[in-house]
Amino acid sequence: MKKRVLALAMAAVLAMSSLVACGSKEKAEEPTGAATTEETAAPAEEAPAEDTTAVDPSTIKIGMVTDVGGVNDGSFNQSSWEGLQRAQVELGIEAKYLESKTDADYTPNIETLIDDECDLVICVGYMLADATKAAAEAYPEQKFAIIDDASIDLPNVTNLMFAQEQASYLVGLVAGMTTETKTVGFVLGMASETMNKFGYGYLAGVLDANKDAKILQYNANNFGDTAGGKSAATSMITNGADVIFHAAGGTGIGVIEGCKENGIKAIGVDSDQSVLAPETVITSAMKRVDNACYDMAKAMIDGTVVAGIKTYDLSIGGVDIAPTTDLLSEEVLTAVNDAKEKIIAGEVTVPATQADFEAKYGDVYELD
Amino acid sequence: MNKKKSLKDYDIVFTLIAILIGFAVGAIMLVIAKISPIDAYKTLFDGVFSKPKFMIWSIVYATPLIFTGLSVGFSFRTGVFNIGAEGQFVVGTLAACAVGILVDLPSPLHILLCFVAAMVAGAIWGIIVAYLKVKFGINEVLSMIMFNWLAFYLSNYVMNFAVLHKEGGGEATKDILDSAKITMPFLDAKTFGPNANWGILVAIAVAILIYFIINKTTLGYQLRAVGFNRTAAEYGGISVNRAVMTAMAISGGLAGLGGAMQLMGMSMRISQYSSQEGFGFDGITVALIGASNPIGCIFAGLFYGAMKYGGSKLNLVGAPSEIIKIIMGCIVFFIAISHVFKALFSKKSLKKEVK
Repeated sequence: MKKRVLALAMAAVLAMSSLVACGSKEKAEEPTGAATTEETAAPAEEAPAEDTTAVDPSTIKIGMVTDVGGVNDGSFNQSSWEGLQRAQVELGIEAKYLESKTDADYTPNIETLIDDECDLVICVGYMLADATKAAAEAYPEQKFAIIDDASIDLPNVTNLMFAQEQASYLVGLVAGMTTETKTVGFVLGMASETMNKFGYGYLAGVLDANKDAKILQYNANNFGDTAGGKSAATSMITNGADVIFHAAGGTGIGVIEGCKENGIKAIGVDSDQSVLAPETVITSAMKRVDNACYDMAKAMIDGTVVAGIKTYDLSIGGVDIAPTTDLLSEEVLTAVNDAKEKIIAGEVTVPATQADFEAKYGDVYELD
Repeated sequence: MNKKKSLKDYDIVFTLIAILIGFAVGAIMLVIAKISPIDAYKTLFDGVFSKPKFMIWSIVYATPLIFTGLSVGFSFRTGVFNIGAEGQFVVGTLAACAVGILVDLPSPLHILLCFVAAMVAGAIWGIIVAYLKVKFGINEVLSMIMFNWLAFYLSNYVMNFAVLHKEGGGEATKDILDSAKITMPFLDAKTFGPNANWGILVAIAVAILIYFIINKTTLGYQLRAVGFNRTAAEYGGISVNRAVMTAMAISGGLAGLGGAMQLMGMSMRISQYSSQEGFGFDGITVALIGASNPIGCIFAGLFYGAMKYGGSKLNLVGAPSEIIKIIMGCIVFFIAISHVFKALFSKKSLKKEVK
């Protein structure tokens, strides 16, 4: 009897050790190529004032906390994670994520990443602002980055912002040039300072392309109401709209559905949404959250992380229209590329605030 | 018949077996997903037990689940299936949030008022459904599922009122006033976590109270009688309609109070829901694991809370946190069919006795 128990125990130990061995082997093999290339570039001792010494990437661990959308939301959570995964492959850092199921999960998730000794914690979305701020105050030695929020002013927090008005302006041009009924639509998820930038940019774009265009506007006041988005789109279509742009997250999925059913065109937001309805979504106002996260990883390696607001605009590829352009005519594409160059060169400034917008176009934006 | 009670006579044995099977199935799923179950379960275990802070977090996660578990378990005893704990939880949260923001009172009073508001809101949500059932014969399961969504959209609507909504970005209400929080700020946040709260003590006290009500009072006797056999209870002079209404009111109040605990000890605010958060549905699991026994619900709630909190860390080893749902689902499944095992066992032992 004793012998049998012993044999069983030994078998169990064997099985365990082989499993553990498998696990550790994988980990050890991961960061090879990148590490050696980095070591040659490592001695960077120019600026002793800031800690700009490059570090071995394999020692850097970056964790990210999603908002309640989860890591596969087809929008900025997913995009952030893709950016970190790219950094993991190309730079050799270690990336992790934690999904938040409810609003209350933000704080424990941030804590978990800190306990897991992540060098940088990226909080995705302004819903995490309060939790991030509290954690950044409690752990002044810990580096944080937050996406889409500029409200936290602490020496250990980098605020990653996007010039969404520029991308919106470009899709506004597309809408203004594409519409045949001279009526376009705009569905907003929530009227706030950040969200209104989409509206200002879009309206400016539409009006620049088509001075007489009528712009139907609707604030859904909700990012998750697919049915509401669909009915908003349908009512706009009844009123003559033939292109609708949404900046409304999950509500916008309904907008795209409504456009698809009625055979008109839709414009997506945040990521390339043409996969949702390839015949309907002509373009999308993209925020390259993935680039921002990738850059953060790079800055961690180079030791060049700077606190404060960092705005990703057209000039550094922070925002753009979607790479899928199959449904856009040559003429539209040329106009868009033209406008892009002018914005980057500073010849055209896209309004991002109520004052700037109304100074140029008058009080035609109804949602602010 | 003074035979010693053997192991198989205890329900808890089957519950433990079900839990083991649940973990085994989870391990198989992990192996299929090419993730070492040992790594995953080690993360889960360490994530709950390796630091006092983690254990406190687990308890904080468990507190609302104990309440919804009690709520569902209590309704089971009366023969009503409270699938509406979700909605009652949400309106409870909403009421506590409104009182927590709008009323300014000294701390103990304020907290008490929030609790009462949450209980009343949850109870009303329960009573409406019970009324529809006894007056018009509307199936309570259907109306409760609808009431869950009503609560969901009500919350999303009310949280946008200017008096409640937070200033600046974010689809959430303001944080409740400090006087309404049940956290323990005098504890060091780094050792014990920023959300250590005394909600668990209330949960245990309420569980004992409910145990007492069910087992030692006339009301409890009536409710159980209705649960066992409606017709017989009526024949025995118990007003079934009143019993159902009372049970749903208490059940709803419990779920509502759970919402208050979650709000005042953990989230501090309500955000715009994009999907149901599932505390009420988790309560069904807790009630089943706890065999609808209030004291059992405490342990089942702690277990689920630990699984939820520890499970959120599974992402760290690349395992999907959904594996927790698979494990919990299997546990519930095997508990639900445990009477099959019981029958098998008793057959065997019967044979032995004959021999």
